[in-house]
Amino acid sequence: MATMTFREAISQALREEMYRDERVFIMGEEVGKWGGTYAVTRGFLDEFGEKRVRDTPIAESVIVGAAAGAAIVGLRPVAELMTINFAFLAMDQIVNHVAKLHYMFNGQITVPIVIRVVGGGGRQLGATHSQSPEVVFAHFPGLKVVAPGTPADAKGLLKAAIRDDDPVFFVEHATLYSVRGEVPEDDDYLVPIGVSDVKRQGKDVTIVSYSKMLQVALEAANRLAEEGIEAEVIDLRTLRPLDTRAIVESVQKTNRLVVVEEGWRAYGVGAEVASRVTELAFDHLDAPVRRVAQAEVPLPYNRRLEQMALPQVADVIRAVKDVMYIK
Amino acid sequence: MVTEATLAREAMTPATPAQQLSEERLLQMYYKMLLARKLDERMWALHRQGRCAFHISGMGHEAAQVGAAFALRPGHDWVHPYYRDIALVLALGMTPRQLMLALFAKAEDPSSGGRQMPSHFGYPPLKIVSGSSPVITQVPQAVGIALASKYRGEDAVTLTCFGEGSTSQGDFHEGLNWASIHKLPVIFLCENNQYAISEPVHKQMAVPNLADRAVAYGLPGVVVDGNDVLAVYDVMVEAVARARHGGGPTLVEAKTYRPVPHSSDDDDRSYRSREEVAYWKARDPILRCEQMLAERGLLAEAKRADVLKRVMAEVDDATEYAQAAPDPAPEDALYPVFAPRR
Ligand SMILES: Cc1ncc(C[n+]2csc(CCOP(=O)(O)OP(=O)(O)O)c2C)c(N)n1
Ligand SMILES: [Mg+2]
Repeated sequence: MATMTFREAISQALREEMYRDERVFIMGEEVGKWGGTYAVTRGFLDEFGEKRVRDTPIAESVIVGAAAGAAIVGLRPVAELMTINFAFLAMDQIVNHVAKLHYMFNGQITVPIVIRVVGGGGRQLGATHSQSPEVVFAHFPGLKVVAPGTPADAKGLLKAAIRDDDPVFFVEHATLYSVRGEVPEDDDYLVPIGVSDVKRQGKDVTIVSYSKMLQVALEAANRLAEEGIEAEVIDLRTLRPLDTRAIVESVQKTNRLVVVEEGWRAYGVGAEVASRVTELAFDHLDAPVRRVAQAEVPLPYNRRLEQMALPQVADVIRAVKDVMYIK
Repeated sequence: MVTEATLAREAMTPATPAQQLSEERLLQMYYKMLLARKLDERMWALHRQGRCAFHISGMGHEAAQVGAAFALRPGHDWVHPYYRDIALVLALGMTPRQLMLALFAKAEDPSSGGRQMPSHFGYPPLKIVSGSSPVITQVPQAVGIALASKYRGEDAVTLTCFGEGSTSQGDFHEGLNWASIHKLPVIFLCENNQYAISEPVHKQMAVPNLADRAVAYGLPGVVVDGNDVLAVYDVMVEAVARARHGGGPTLVEAKTYRPVPHSSDDDDRSYRSREEVAYWKARDPILRCEQMLAERGLLAEAKRADVLKRVMAEVDDATEYAQAAPDPAPEDALYPVFAPRR
């Protein structure tokens, strides 16, 4: 184990997989000389050369499409899009091709690409730089969607994603890069895709979250503990395939559920989780499921407005008290 | 110096639009360029002091932008700018106060009331259409604006601006093709500053001139020295006339340089040499404008000091005004998502 930042954990995962497998290469805007928008690939150009660390023109659709092409014929590209918001410019490639080729060709083709994107708000970058629309990508069968919330998970999940034979959409929240944590240094340390994780044990209420909002949920749980409320915090880690086992087990114990996501409430992760819990554990619920999410507006730039629109620790605490019928 | 030879040459050839500019207009061009520069410098300083969250600069692009603006009819023609166009919008008539209000995201910010990032200029009274952050998306929209002008039988033209790096996107190619097919009244102004963040132009395209791409879509493509305000003006006057009189679109490539980092989030020392930056600073568009005016005897030292004084007074006023202006109320975050009910 070593202590490192989320950024270093992602870098380490990429570096290890590039040493392990010649077919793995990186391409995207600014990944080379600049070292990536969030400095994840700093030093990679010198270490691996231009063949494997490729600066591309500003053309997201080609970045994803070319990655898909190279993957179809046997390479394992890691395509970086500067932000998740620009993945919308590659939507046709992602939705109509990457997510479907394996199925449409009856399994004769695999598309083993990783699309790394930076997501999330809170840094005053305005409505079209700050979205958390990973749920949109999780809507499409055929595309795995991963969104880690800790450095250790970031490393293990990214390595697993690179080794996976399916396309993986990998979301890194911009405000997590400087978060520190213990990370295994073993070359074969993997975190399985599609498995959620209990990040904090508790008996009174279940809080389900992922990515940056995991940190918010944990902070809320700490403050609730000071008031004698023990929250169990579950980290989804993967949005598709979604693992509900830990959630159901937890709700059977706590009988109360709050889901926290940074994106909008409508048609969101909370809606999906709440629906599955009512299907699988309806009899165990003692209160309606509460969702904590972003206000239903494009995220504003002004700091006060932005913070007003984003889910905060206080909102999670309020929702927990609501499902516990505490005033 | 204006030599006798140049005077003789000017006497023989028909005057270009730039040669017909009055002294007053020339000095106005200079004023707007300097105003943009000083306002921009102040914005960088405010960012360094931690007083604003973000700044993206138009430095080095002033000649290209002011030359373009002066060829338009402000408030009549449509403009769909991009984030570097501070000098363009100032030359069209936006004020330093307005731009400072946007920098601080104050309630009174006329572009967005603090909702949009700074430098995403929008100002309906001057027909400046607000753009969004994904690059070059203004091109298809500008095509649509020009389509609307033609549809309504109006003689307004549309100017849209963008960097060279973003022309790698499909939107650029699709938009030019459309505009050319339908002979729409739109001018595509590429401000080629030779970098897309850290990536030099040779990593973005394999053609020597961006304007060469016009051939593929059947519209005129013109290369111009983007640091020469009068050269840009001449090219733009011709493009505007063509658009206004049914001749269709033009692609103008103004070659220039960005002498500062990409934005307040960038450090350009990691990808280019200081010598290169110094080379271009010596060819700064404002220096060149000053030389041009001095050669014509329009900018004696006293005059220059006077212009600078007026510019700085505007910049100071804007800074103070915007800093003191109220923030939006937190509940402002919640609207206006949809148009008001009728
Ligand atoms: C679709 C999209 N991809 C990436 C970005 C990130 N980005 C912002 S500015 C920029 C560089 C643009 O370069 P250029 O078009 O040459 O304009 P310049 O900034 O040099 O004026 C990039 C890659 C973006 N805003 N939109
Ligand atoms: Mg550029």
